[in-house]
Amino acid sequence: MTTHTEHQAQQSREPLDVNDPRLSRFEIVQEGARRDDIEIVHYEPQVVPGSKAERRLVRTVASFFLLTGLAATAFLAIYIWWPWEYAPGRGGDKWYTPLLGVTLGVALLGIGFGILTWGKKLLPKEVSIQDRHEGAVSEDERTITGQTMLYMADELGVKRRPLLGISLLAGLAPVGAVAAAPLVGGLISDPHKNNQMFTTGFAPAEGGEKVRLVREDGRPIRPADISSGGQLTVFPGIDHGVSNRHADSPTLLIHLRDSDAQEARRANERIGHGDYMWGNYAAYSKICTHAGCPASLYEQQTNRLLCPCHQSQFLITDNAKPIFGPASRRLPQLPIEVDAEGYFVAKSDYTETVGPDFWERP
Amino acid sequence: MKRRKFDMAAVPGNAARGVDDRFQVATPLRRLLNKVFPDHWSFLLGEIALFSFIVLLLTGVFLTFFFEPAMTEVVYNGSYAPLRGTPMSAAYASSLDISFDVRGGLIMRQMHHWSALLFMAAIVVHMLRVFFTGAFRKPRETNWIIGSLLFWVGFLAGFTGYSLPDDGLSGTGLRIASAIMLSIPVIGSWLTSSIFGGEFPGTIIISRFYIAHVLLIPGLLLALISVHLGLVFKQKHTQWPGPGRTNGNVVGERMFPRYAIKQGGFFMVVFGVIALMGGLFQINPIWLFGPYEAWVVSAASQPDWYVMFLDGSTRLMPAWEINIPIGDGYVIPPLFWPTVVLPGILVGLSTLYPFLEARHLKDRKSHNLLQRPRDVPARTAVGAMAVSFYMVLTLSGANDVIADKFQISLNAMTWAGRIGLLVVPPLAYYVTYRICLGLQQHDREVLAHGVETGIIRRLPDGRFIEVHQPLSAADHDGHGALEYGGWVVPKKMNRLGALGPAIRGFFYPIEKPAEAPVSPGHPPVEPRAEREEIGSGERR
Repeated sequence: MTTHTEHQAQQSREPLDVNDPRLSRFEIVQEGARRDDIEIVHYEPQVVPGSKAERRLVRTVASFFLLTGLAATAFLAIYIWWPWEYAPGRGGDKWYTPLLGVTLGVALLGIGFGILTWGKKLLPKEVSIQDRHEGAVSEDERTITGQTMLYMADELGVKRRPLLGISLLAGLAPVGAVAAAPLVGGLISDPHKNNQMFTTGFAPAEGGEKVRLVREDGRPIRPADISSGGQLTVFPGIDHGVSNRHADSPTLLIHLRDSDAQEARRANERIGHGDYMWGNYAAYSKICTHAGCPASLYEQQTNRLLCPCHQSQFLITDNAKPIFGPASRRLPQLPIEVDAEGYFVAKSDYTETVGPDFWERP
Repeated sequence: MKRRKFDMAAVPGNAARGVDDRFQVATPLRRLLNKVFPDHWSFLLGEIALFSFIVLLLTGVFLTFFFEPAMTEVVYNGSYAPLRGTPMSAAYASSLDISFDVRGGLIMRQMHHWSALLFMAAIVVHMLRVFFTGAFRKPRETNWIIGSLLFWVGFLAGFTGYSLPDDGLSGTGLRIASAIMLSIPVIGSWLTSSIFGGEFPGTIIISRFYIAHVLLIPGLLLALISVHLGLVFKQKHTQWPGPGRTNGNVVGERMFPRYAIKQGGFFMVVFGVIALMGGLFQINPIWLFGPYEAWVVSAASQPDWYVMFLDGSTRLMPAWEINIPIGDGYVIPPLFWPTVVLPGILVGLSTLYPFLEARHLKDRKSHNLLQRPRDVPARTAVGAMAVSFYMVLTLSGANDVIADKFQISLNAMTWAGRIGLLVVPPLAYYVTYRICLGLQQHDREVLAHGVETGIIRRLPDGRFIEVHQPLSAADHDGHGALEYGGWVVPKKMNRLGALGPAIRGFFYPIEKPAEAPVSPGHPPVEPRAEREEIGSGERR
């Protein structure tokens, strides 16, 4: 056993001649370490060469590696031959990914544990001590480097020739701006183009023709289509009205029960929205005024509308006022009526800003 | 002419000489091979993050071959029957293709997602290790700052990544992100419109997120990680106090071969675990969410775990809107505070912490020895406060699910979160501080009186006393005189070798019984002082 204690190491401090043929390889290693200010103070094999314990560990490591080979082969076989294509009702494909995962995982873990056992159990344990050299900062070195840099500044002579410095700054500052300009200029986009933040798909067309409320499949809606207490998500009946191009437009059309409708109408009148409802029907923006999620969970009994993202709750019978959660502004109401053919239309666009709040929202 | 015999054995030597002639690498290579690393299990946590990052790069490159970062509307016609004929973006359609029509695509996608979650988790746990052991102190403040930046850049990488499939869930997340940007005073609407190329959702955001996710952010991560590791290398790793360990040395193993082999093995283990998770545990089944449609959402819409604390802070924020009555009026929406200001404060506090602590303690020295959390109760308690703050926010990010599963009122959960956010952290501070003091006291007690032996002795006068084994030769009072060394104090008799070594072998002993266990990495201690007879700590 080669246990090298600090004591022994200190005895052999004098530099070694590494070409001395009598030196063992380990002694050369030790000498190299010493040149890097490392003292190998403890170096001890964990197993006796040729012993039962060594053979046992070798068998363990070897079986890990063989397991890897087996699992990797299985991975390839499964990858190639297992039915992997999705087909409803067949189900064999649902084992494809788990089987790949298990075989790949076992293969990789096999390498991992094999290497770890090899390194941790078969290699000698050691303790080495390396000096950090932290206290050894040389003031001289600092002085030299500092003076060198100051000398460079002197040579440039910016102090003596101030025009150089000024002209350099004045000339180069715009170049920095030139680098930023295309990026900023290319990306910037006016949020108020076409008044887009304050209009939705329900804005009447050029001729003043009112926009119909339609279902997700594009069909218009008659009052009789929604039973009392029911609600329906509606969209503007325009081109691409049912798409993310009009992400601000989805609206909830609610058929309130008689008593609730009276309450809602009174609340409407209080804020000058007396004619926004049609009969017992009210339409509110579905886009939460907090963070823009669709506020889509409608509780029929309490007439509350809940946004599932951050749990803001709006009371439909009180102008969709926020009554709980982080939202601070009521859901805008869409003024609705029924046209000559008996379908719901928007009397006008929303009269309040739809969607999450922002700085210049009036 | 005699043909020179080709000497196979001389090839490596000659090649090495040739390389060194040209590059002079012998000395630096030896320095590298010889570099000493201290070892402790807690030093491996950061490596999990590094290894997950490598897996992220590997699986991510695979995914780019099949993903189409476009919001062009297409009609799905792939293998997944339930969505056939549905109009959707090309991004979502190609993500479905990766899951169903690319052989082995699903496991790659799931491994990518799992390793991202693991990456963030490992960063957080590693950060806690560094914080609670004081490894961030001078000279390592720069690395602490880089580490906290890595969390936030990783956060951005994760967010841009899970937004890419453009499914119902991620689109909702994107919608919220746009609302967060909108809420910034003065520039909000301009910023949002510039990033989304017009009104939300526009048609360009997925392509922009794509290039950010596959080039800009990974590039930044790679740069930060390289500097992070380079600094660890240059400044040398911190170590725990222990026999022979000082502020001026590193006690451990040379990097090659054993340390490097253990690292390589550990990488394979992390990789293997990610592969198992990617194969066995479903993550982000986008085909169940459908394409993003601005009017569709479901309950329990939760982001990935590392974003949940922001979701929680948003939920807990009261509806405090600030109106500025100038002109048409201006608004600062309540969304601004929990999603822009709070993260800003968190970034500031976490990056500045090393300087705040050093200033408070007037400590300008360099520290290479770690501290046990109990020995610095104030810092540990501050850390516990931060952790509990984060936990309350994260749990609140799932408060609708908790309310649903445990039949609690949703509003009650919100109020519990609001109150908890103010009450729990100070409570955690106090409790942690007391626990630290208690642990300190117990350490000192064992050092002074010895280890409890579990032996109760009855004295002739009928008293019962508990017998203690002093850790050092006791003075005439029966008290040991050991100084606390900043490291674990043995508190059980078998830690002192009293139980005798275990015999190794499954059915029969393998060779001779091993020696009494000595903690790895400790140089052998000097021969034991003559053992005292087991005495009693009560003998005063």
